[in-house]
Amino acid sequence: MSWDWSIIWQYLPRLLDGALLTLELVAISGLIGIALAVPLALLRVSPNPWVRALPFAYIFFFRGTPLLVQIFLIYYGASQFEAVKQSVLWNLLSEPYWCAIIAFSMNTAAYSAELIRGAIQAIPRGEIEAAEALGMSKPLQVRRIVLPRAFGIVLPAYGNELILMLKGSSLASTITLLDLTGMARTIIARTYTPLEIFFAAGMIYLLISACFIGGFRLLERRLNRYQHYRHHIAHEMTEVDPRLQD
Amino acid sequence: MDLQGFGHLLVSGAWVTLQLALASLFVGLIFGLIGASAKLSRFRFARWLGTLYTTFVRGIPELLLVLTIYFGGSMLLMGIGSWFGYDEYIEISAFVAGVAALSVAFGAYATEVFRAAIQELPKGQWESAYALGMTRRKTFFRIILPQVWRLALPGLGNLFQVLLKDTALVSVVGLDELMRQAYVASGYTKEPFTFYMAAAFIYLGLTVIATCITMLLERASNPAARGARA
Repeated sequence: MSWDWSIIWQYLPRLLDGALLTLELVAISGLIGIALAVPLALLRVSPNPWVRALPFAYIFFFRGTPLLVQIFLIYYGASQFEAVKQSVLWNLLSEPYWCAIIAFSMNTAAYSAELIRGAIQAIPRGEIEAAEALGMSKPLQVRRIVLPRAFGIVLPAYGNELILMLKGSSLASTITLLDLTGMARTIIARTYTPLEIFFAAGMIYLLISACFIGGFRLLERRLNRYQHYRHHIAHEMTEVDPRLQD
Repeated sequence: MDLQGFGHLLVSGAWVTLQLALASLFVGLIFGLIGASAKLSRFRFARWLGTLYTTFVRGIPELLLVLTIYFGGSMLLMGIGSWFGYDEYIEISAFVAGVAALSVAFGAYATEVFRAAIQELPKGQWESAYALGMTRRKTFFRIILPQVWRLALPGLGNLFQVLLKDTALVSVVGLDELMRQAYVASGYTKEPFTFYMAAAFIYLGLTVIATCITMLLERASNPAARGARA
């Protein structure tokens, strides 16, 4: 067995092309996923059991089945119905790219909705009561108090979800997309150097998750800055007056 | 749901899926225990190895792991074989590659669960065992591990759910498990939606059963809480 570094350098540009598609898939489905997750989470905490049932069933299905099944259901499954094939939806559903986006968005929406629900329920009761005491209407409470607080609470957990989604996006390669994993598989089919190319692809995935983790640390400091308040003030005071240092 | 006589295919696939999941669980738990011991070791090198393992494996997709072990594993084994003068062709079966990949992934996450559980135990448990003259190893197996089990169960239950769903990835390298059988059946009948939906419901059933078993085990492992409730 020989290890060939030059093959990695030779194909690195193509792997990076694949990584770009991976990032694109994660970013677009992440945004659609959050847009779906917020209403799902709000319905999920409704006091009415009938309203709660629908998001519950959705979340139960998408969290209880493999992502691969969900992708295949959309990509292969949709073609079973003539009605779908005749409709405008077919423009989307005949494209592997959009099938992957739809499947990833629906999947991550289920997981994120559960995270947001947990965060909403973790908001201290008194903050909601305070908003009520100020005479805020329900929608205003949700917009000004509940959601901003929930986003701050959910952020660390959402960072994990994003990394899981990054890893899940490798399944796009099973429906012919040339994402990072798909690109690696095509290169290997030509060169037959699975160890080198999969190693390089793995390193790129690691690098991307490291960037995500770093980015989320920064975002968390910003959204939860009240937790760093004291530190922040102390820092500003030393800027005003150097004698206050130490 | 009309399965047109392909139901038995799905059942046999589900059986392979279950075998794959249980085999990977068993090997993965061993990896997890080794990983946790490494991360809590006195030796810096062992701690470094443990961190390397969890960082790498948790950062790369499970599918990539399956593909690497299936396609790269035989190359690696043949390379090692040739050092020892064995030059025959070695092939790894899809099942073995699947168990290897899934248990490596499960082990990395289980390492963190076990590590947290071991650290959660009061230090006095170790100290009193030492005071009784037990060795470090004996303390670990007789005193610590039985208690860690209880603390780690909820986390391990979640990981097993993930593992069950990840078994679907092994269909990509051609193992005849549930997903692959659904693919075969939908190829014959031209009804992919029906068969993937049937597969989805079988997976759903399996995850529900796994949740119930975890809950039963949690009850069984915590007699103190049961007594308090009664």
